[in-house]
Amino acid sequence: MSSSTLRVVWVYPDLLSTYGDQGNVLVVERRARQRGLAVERVDVRSDQQIPTSGDIYLVGGGEDRPQRLAAERLRRDGGLHRAAENGAIIFAVCAGYQILGHEFVNDLGQREPGLGLLDVVSTRGEGERCVGDVLADIDEGLGLPQLTGFENHQGITHLGPGVRPFARVRVGKGNGTGDGTEGAWRDTVIGTYMHGPVLARNPAVADLLLRLTLDVRALPPVDDRWYEALRAERIAAAVQSA
Amino acid sequence: MAESTQPLSPRARLAVTAGKAAAAVSRAAGRGSGSVIGGKVALRVDPDLLGRLAGHLDVVLVSATNGKTTTTRLIAEALRAAGEVVSNALGANMPAGITSALSAGANARFGVIEVDEKYLAGVARDVSPKAIALLNLSRDQLDRAAETRMLAERWREGLQGLKTTVIANADDPLVVWAASSSGQVVWVAAGQEWKDDAWSCPSCGGVLQHHGDDWRCGACGFGRPTPTWVLSGDHVLDPNGSAWPIHLQLPGRANKANATSAAAVAAAFGVAPQVALQRMQSVAAVAGRYDVVSYEGRDIRLLLAKNPAGWLETFSLIDGPPAPVILSVNARGADGTDTSWLWDVDYTRLAGHPVVVIGDRRLDLAVRLEVAAVDFRVCDTFQEALQQLPPGRVEAIANYTAFQDLRRIVGN
Ligand SMILES: [Zn+2]
Repeated sequence: MSSSTLRVVWVYPDLLSTYGDQGNVLVVERRARQRGLAVERVDVRSDQQIPTSGDIYLVGGGEDRPQRLAAERLRRDGGLHRAAENGAIIFAVCAGYQILGHEFVNDLGQREPGLGLLDVVSTRGEGERCVGDVLADIDEGLGLPQLTGFENHQGITHLGPGVRPFARVRVGKGNGTGDGTEGAWRDTVIGTYMHGPVLARNPAVADLLLRLTLDVRALPPVDDRWYEALRAERIAAAVQSA
Repeated sequence: MAESTQPLSPRARLAVTAGKAAAAVSRAAGRGSGSVIGGKVALRVDPDLLGRLAGHLDVVLVSATNGKTTTTRLIAEALRAAGEVVSNALGANMPAGITSALSAGANARFGVIEVDEKYLAGVARDVSPKAIALLNLSRDQLDRAAETRMLAERWREGLQGLKTTVIANADDPLVVWAASSSGQVVWVAAGQEWKDDAWSCPSCGGVLQHHGDDWRCGACGFGRPTPTWVLSGDHVLDPNGSAWPIHLQLPGRANKANATSAAAVAAAFGVAPQVALQRMQSVAAVAGRYDVVSYEGRDIRLLLAKNPAGWLETFSLIDGPPAPVILSVNARGADGTDTSWLWDVDYTRLAGHPVVVIGDRRLDLAVRLEVAAVDFRVCDTFQEALQQLPPGRVEAIANYTAFQDLRRIVGN
């Protein structure tokens, strides 16, 4: 973290905020404040420049056309690249996850270049949408409890050698490749298909973002009673639906 | 056109009879009013029945994400000033339910029909309405419904070339975009508190700039049309500039907006705004919504809120703190099984209220409120929730199936 204030940048709420993913911003903000950190939340609309001095960048999901518009504007802007080079944390969900990759299929059915921040390529599945509760084991390199979330997408995301899967599904589709992988990550860039919003279902992941930013191994505990109760309920629901 | 009551063809009559019989069987079996099953049977016997049933009626279709049931009811009350009305007043708003409702309207002059957003284009084709009222479009049940802009696109295509008057909300960019494919639009400034589906230009994808009531696309110039009907505080301003007071039993800004659109519709059918607004005053509750019921020593106001825009409008009509609030959320089939939308609702608006949460998904609500730093308690049942609260007025806000649960419990 470069200054005494944690800067959380929410990328393009006008285009990428369809599925309650602004909850991820709220959870990061809340959990940082509970640890006594000063937080500045920066909402950047798609006609504004992406600041390069943020600590955590959150990118949400969105509909197909806004996804294409967001990718066009982010490529032109270049700010997310520079932020990543500066070591900022980038956490992206669903449509945002696809944008971080090399390419995805846009609303016109064409291959749309992404930002290349994650070594993944997304295509569109032919079958039914992947919709429902997901339960997955987060990559052991991250040392976190199980991942619970809700997925709603038609994308299939293939991982290249430059990333590791963020998790391996027990219940649900995840990347949709049939190999059980869910999401992708490398260094300080993470992508996932999980809504929910995912950080509300997985406060340990929100804390991971904070720990990476602060460069600490642990954070003071906060009251996680309701998060834990919700997690237990959703994990049981996912197991039952399997 | 309204007077010429064409006798139905033998096939259509048979269809109506078959539908009524099926509805009666369904009712007898305790499966609700039977209107949907009745309509399905009738449509199977005569697929063109909807058009035939509407043939002798002056029809208005009402569609929106929020407020369509209430507005349908307000319009129906207003038009009764001019003649008999048939209406699907209980919200059975897909083709089968609409067919069933119209079957009862052989002697009616007007058909006031609420239509589910997804079916609007098809129903409009079938019944050749005289008017269509479009109130708002926003995110709703995203895991099962089409995406919001896709719906606007379907409206837009469906309205193209229709010879009908469209009465549309000038304050909702998605509605404006959908309605502007029609040649004849009456624009109503009905307001739209919810803005989060209106930042991106529906036409070109540019960023919409909002300045007070006005909005405009920075890229292509698509913007707010000039309204001829305006909701201004507690008054409706008509196209002549006359101000008519709104006296509703129904609470809240959103219902004043509904009344404004209803007055514009009534005018299109020849009913003057002062007459229309006076008649709307008789509506106290709509399918249980806004009803205040006495139960276990409390006066509980039942409020339905199904999506972020609906919750926002509901927060603005409840009594201020320290009025206690019970929130109930389910995620059953009819609600949509994804609860992510809770995070698009600004629950900090409940700060200062005693808040109790119930419903199948009370734990989702608990985390949501925890993150909003709003104090709350979690209870397993409605009765248990009431015991936490002092006697007197209680605001109970629930989404779709949770609302039906509440009505059953209080016997409403
Ligand atoms: Zn535009």
